[in-house]
Amino acid sequence: MTSPDNLPEVPDAQVPEVPAAQEPPIARQGMFGATDSGDTSGYGGLVVRRPPQISTPRPYGSYFDEVVDALALDDAIERVVVDRGELTLHVKRERLVEVSQKMRDDPALRFELSLGVSGVHYPHLTGEELHAVYHLCSITHNRRVRLEVSCPDADPHIPSTVGVYPGHDWHERETYDFFGIIFDGHPALTRIMMPDDWEGHPQRKDYPLGGIPVEYRGATIPSPDHRRSYS
Amino acid sequence: MSTAYDEATEGKVYSVNGADWDQVVAGVRETEEERLVVNMGPQHPSTHGVLRLVLTLDGETVTEARGVIGYLHTGIEKNMEFRTWTQGTTFVTRMDYLSPIFNETAYSMGVEKLLGITDRIPERAQAIRVMMMELNRISSHLVAMGTFGMELGATTPFLFGYRDRELIMDLFEYITGLRMNHAYVRPGGVSVDLPAGAVDKVGEFLKEMPKRIKDIRKLLDANPVYVRRTKDVAYLDLTGCMALGVTGPILRAAGLPWDLRKSQPYCGYETYEFDVATERGCDVYSRYLVRMKEMEESLKIIEQALDRIAGPLKGDPVMIEDKKIGWPAQLALGPDGFGNSPDHIAHIMGTSMEALIHHFKLVTEGFRVPAGQAYASIESPKGELGAHVVSDGGTRPFRVHFREPSFCNLQAFPAMAEGGQVADVIAAVASIDPVMGGVDR
Repeated sequence: MTSPDNLPEVPDAQVPEVPAAQEPPIARQGMFGATDSGDTSGYGGLVVRRPPQISTPRPYGSYFDEVVDALALDDAIERVVVDRGELTLHVKRERLVEVSQKMRDDPALRFELSLGVSGVHYPHLTGEELHAVYHLCSITHNRRVRLEVSCPDADPHIPSTVGVYPGHDWHERETYDFFGIIFDGHPALTRIMMPDDWEGHPQRKDYPLGGIPVEYRGATIPSPDHRRSYS
Repeated sequence: MSTAYDEATEGKVYSVNGADWDQVVAGVRETEEERLVVNMGPQHPSTHGVLRLVLTLDGETVTEARGVIGYLHTGIEKNMEFRTWTQGTTFVTRMDYLSPIFNETAYSMGVEKLLGITDRIPERAQAIRVMMMELNRISSHLVAMGTFGMELGATTPFLFGYRDRELIMDLFEYITGLRMNHAYVRPGGVSVDLPAGAVDKVGEFLKEMPKRIKDIRKLLDANPVYVRRTKDVAYLDLTGCMALGVTGPILRAAGLPWDLRKSQPYCGYETYEFDVATERGCDVYSRYLVRMKEMEESLKIIEQALDRIAGPLKGDPVMIEDKKIGWPAQLALGPDGFGNSPDHIAHIMGTSMEALIHHFKLVTEGFRVPAGQAYASIESPKGELGAHVVSDGGTRPFRVHFREPSFCNLQAFPAMAEGGQVADVIAAVASIDPVMGGVDR
């Protein structure tokens, strides 16, 4: 019969040190984002964490392995993500031009058509807040790939790829206009959508949507960015 | 000439507001300078809305051309970040207002990809989407051809184009309730099933339309004035198209049969029989021919889709059968002029508390979309329309960016117009068929 007293003693050294699982940061607490009144919904204790950044291990599946092998610039790629049947290569910003040049010219890759630049602002990703996303398409091989480059908000510089894909001219201007990312080497990086003397970069998350509350028959409806939010 | 300007840096400035060109002509006679910088637009009838072209002229020759856009920027992408995923369709439909169904479909496909439900969209919904998209392709091309003719001085194609487009507008109104800005295609399917009689109406349209297309062809195909204004004008070859990211009819007029409906099929396009129209001229006339051919091919697709909708797919659902995603109510226009669904109301109010909860949560809060990003692209009448959709796991889009074909194609306009005549600028812009609502978003 074993009792807690006569269990064999295990020396401390034999217990392996398990590092505490790193939990992703909290994105939201509670349900409605309301902090000015007591919680009556029962959702006050809800904690929603940010999804972790994914990095896909090999094999990637589909034609993705071939693309990464043909590119053969592993030191320029920060991480590879295969998600929802799409391949995303996170490229170091200083190597972006080199990578896109090879993407376009290598016979095994031949991503001759670029579908432009799309900016995304992730204020919670410290040190890589601003992202520029490039969608490339290969007509020769009928393939698609996405390149993603990030830069910190404090140093919003990304090299321009107009030299490789001339069609990026307006796209980079648009991304500069909306996010404030400065594309070094762009022939004429000026605003394209907003007036030249506009202040701020409207698509950034810290830029308000604007709008005024609307009053109708005594009730006031707040502007969209002041309405109750569920996420 | 009230605006202050600096003559030293800008040279002599003539403002022509309205009609008084005499002043300019007299001024140009006096001056010794050969170079004339002309602002065309942003409110010129041939600039398809509010496009501004800055042309540097040497006599009649355009030596430098620059497009200035942004006059119709409406912040659609920003606004979407403050609405639910479903409400997003109401915004995107207003981008390129001549091809609303395409905007909605590209966006919905992006959201569906993020949700991982692409394979679960009912076949009937896909067939309806295909039918609506092809109808929309014809209506968009009709406007393109009609305004094209008018800008080159022929008013009849314009009247014909708009008259025939009206047939499609009527169909859209009958099916979706609105002539434009439908918000008909939603993530998960389409908002409502076809109303009774819609199949017959589309059938009648299919009988009528080939005649109408022939009429326009008779007017323009071999019209000597039209051909001389368009042949070998605004030349842009395959290399130019690739470098500048030009897609759609302009690319196909340069000889490359690149059509996403064939090369990367979506919505079941691989099951339809049709040809990809190509030409080899790389000029305005070839682009015209490609568009005409595409309209004829679209009719074939509509016919096949209609057969399926009326035949094997009759009575099938048009919205995904997932209580957490699919919009709950199927609204039908009642005799009182309001949309309502008595069966659905009886269901949620009388028999199922669960259904009531789902309805309430979906309508007020919307569904959540797993975090990540997706890119969905379709072949719109203007080229590849792509939706880059980013979610952070919430009920609202984190970021939506549209790869608008008009935006990308318009960038190629200087390459087409420089070195040509002023008059050819009009033809070049018309052959791009830019819609400024889409360019500026």
